[in-house]
Amino acid sequence: MSAAHWRRAMNGQTVRSPRPAAVPRPAFVEVAADPYAHSDAPRWLKSLWSRLSARHVLVLLGVLVYPAVASPFFTYQIGAQSLALGLIALSLTLLGGYGGMVSLAQMSVAGMAGYLVAILGTSTATAISLAWPWWLAVAFAIVLAVVFATLIGWLSVRTEGIYTIMITLAIGVAFFYLAQQNYTLFNGHQGFNQVFAPAVAGVEFRQPVPFYYLTLACALAGYGFVKLLVRAPFGVALQGIRDNPRRMRALGYHVTAHRVATYAAAGLLAAVGGVLITWYNNRISPGSMGIGVMINILVIAVLGGMKHPIGAFIGAIVFVLLQNFAIDLLGTDFRERFNLVIGGVFLLIVLFSPDGLLGLWAKLRSRFGPRSPIANQRRQP
Amino acid sequence: MKLSRGQWAAWILIGVPLAVLALWAIVDNDKLFFTTLLNGLTLASLYFLVASGFTLVFGLMRNVNLAHGSLYLLGAYAGWVVGDQTGSWLLAVATGFVTAGVVGLLLQVLIFRWMQGQDLRQTLVTIGISIVLADVMLWIFGGEIYTFEPPAWIYGSIVLPLVEKYPTYRIAVFVMALAIGLVLWWFLARTRLGMMIRAGVDDRGMLAASGANVQLLFAITFAIGAGLAGFAGVVGGSALSISPGEDTRYLLASLVVVIVGGMGSVGGAAIGALLIGAAEQFGLAYAPTYGIVFTFLIMVLALAFRPRGLLGRPA
Repeated sequence: MSAAHWRRAMNGQTVRSPRPAAVPRPAFVEVAADPYAHSDAPRWLKSLWSRLSARHVLVLLGVLVYPAVASPFFTYQIGAQSLALGLIALSLTLLGGYGGMVSLAQMSVAGMAGYLVAILGTSTATAISLAWPWWLAVAFAIVLAVVFATLIGWLSVRTEGIYTIMITLAIGVAFFYLAQQNYTLFNGHQGFNQVFAPAVAGVEFRQPVPFYYLTLACALAGYGFVKLLVRAPFGVALQGIRDNPRRMRALGYHVTAHRVATYAAAGLLAAVGGVLITWYNNRISPGSMGIGVMINILVIAVLGGMKHPIGAFIGAIVFVLLQNFAIDLLGTDFRERFNLVIGGVFLLIVLFSPDGLLGLWAKLRSRFGPRSPIANQRRQP
Repeated sequence: MKLSRGQWAAWILIGVPLAVLALWAIVDNDKLFFTTLLNGLTLASLYFLVASGFTLVFGLMRNVNLAHGSLYLLGAYAGWVVGDQTGSWLLAVATGFVTAGVVGLLLQVLIFRWMQGQDLRQTLVTIGISIVLADVMLWIFGGEIYTFEPPAWIYGSIVLPLVEKYPTYRIAVFVMALAIGLVLWWFLARTRLGMMIRAGVDDRGMLAASGANVQLLFAITFAIGAGLAGFAGVVGGSALSISPGEDTRYLLASLVVVIVGGMGSVGGAAIGALLIGAAEQFGLAYAPTYGIVFTFLIMVLALAFRPRGLLGRPA
């Protein structure tokens, strides 16, 4: 579907979009309605400002000053890893939570991007790596990974619902085996070592603190991208397709094209996350995108909750903390039993709170916190 | 069956190059070709045993049991323990079937029954179960490789025309798969219970409305499907070996087989298993680096031309 086609399809639907075109307001409420109406700031800034709350500011301040108070271990191993994994899980949230397509192949897209950075950029495997400048390698890696994601999407949207998981799982594992068995391009089970983040304008992005800020910037951009996308006509139509594809088809939407486009958009997030996680590990090998890792991404997304983009990052933080400190929590008998712990936690969450930690939080708040008048109304029979 | 022009074209497009390649392979080295063919048949038998249970459960309950591979491995380990204690291989096979069947029954009765109709949640639960089971088994049995000792009369090798010597056990696996397939066909086509299962695959709601005890049916089907996985665990473990990681391997195999063959169809599982088993072995023999690509290519082709699988029907 061409861009012009999209635009036409979208413009044709403006009447149905949930944000109605400006309704003429009565003159006497005009002053109270928009306190920024007379300021010179651009419109997007004003709309951003009106949505910001104390929560957002607190979290933003928290993540910005975090490296100043945390040790390099906490900045790099916990902070940066959580953000990079969260970004890949965010791509799954976009696909699964908003598009209703749970894909296990998001880690394969991320792995593809990581491999391409290693193949096009520099690594120890000098016979394969092309040693392009880092910005060119990264740009090509991300573009090609998005193409890869689009192909996966094109293949898997032929089936619906529960089949998607199986097909993406099969695709992901097939890619894993291909990378493991192919030596001419993917360098077999060794993969590529010493794939370092670049140094730009004197800033060594390999160092913990600069790398943390790099992942933070990407994570924030990804979060903003998803927030924006799901409110745009495209995202609203996507949620409509998730809830009732037949109806959306009857309304004239191209359901398949919408779904494939979502795979591409999610592929972009996963590709950026993949480049970051490769730089984080300094290496990429088939093991970085094996079946266990693919399922970890699903665990992260489900753990946090797929109803809201922040869930991916909450899930990633919990996951990384468990990964690093489950041993201390359970004693040395469980030194090797991380999978048991994370599998058990995942099972508990899926069994008792399908919306993840966010759903748990919402449940607790509705039970103990102050009730909004709307919630009260709903409780009445 | 009448074929349209497009189907003719597809058959010719795929069939002719394959036939030419096969002819070339026979002329070039007939022993290698027929040994590979037999190996493919053996592997297909194993895949059919695992995938038939998977597809049976899916067809009736719409439950994608991603813990199916774990049930395979669980049956294999349980069978190994009993076989090691008693020295009887047949007892090991029975134990594999019963253990996996009982665990499957428990899963259905204790967990899946309470989330009927929530496909995605069920699948996520099966993923959680497979993570936990895999780690518990790794904990108990460690990373070592275990092998079975099948009885002497199916161990060793026999002389066959064209391939000279061939392991008897692999022939036995094929015979077993054939027998299981026939029993399964008889069970589904001729018995009252099988009739109910087929009715449930076609229309669950209508079956429940006609007075059948659907929950009991679900439990039985899940037990049989899981038991087949455990059975295949011992049989496959004897053909190759058992070690951690086999669970994902057979899960993936049954996924691909079922996607190619058509979800919920036992006949489709047989055809899919034949295609995938042959593709894997021929890939291994003739193009070792890209063996997995053939499997994948078959899946892509099947999805592109028959999104529901070769024998699949609309749900």
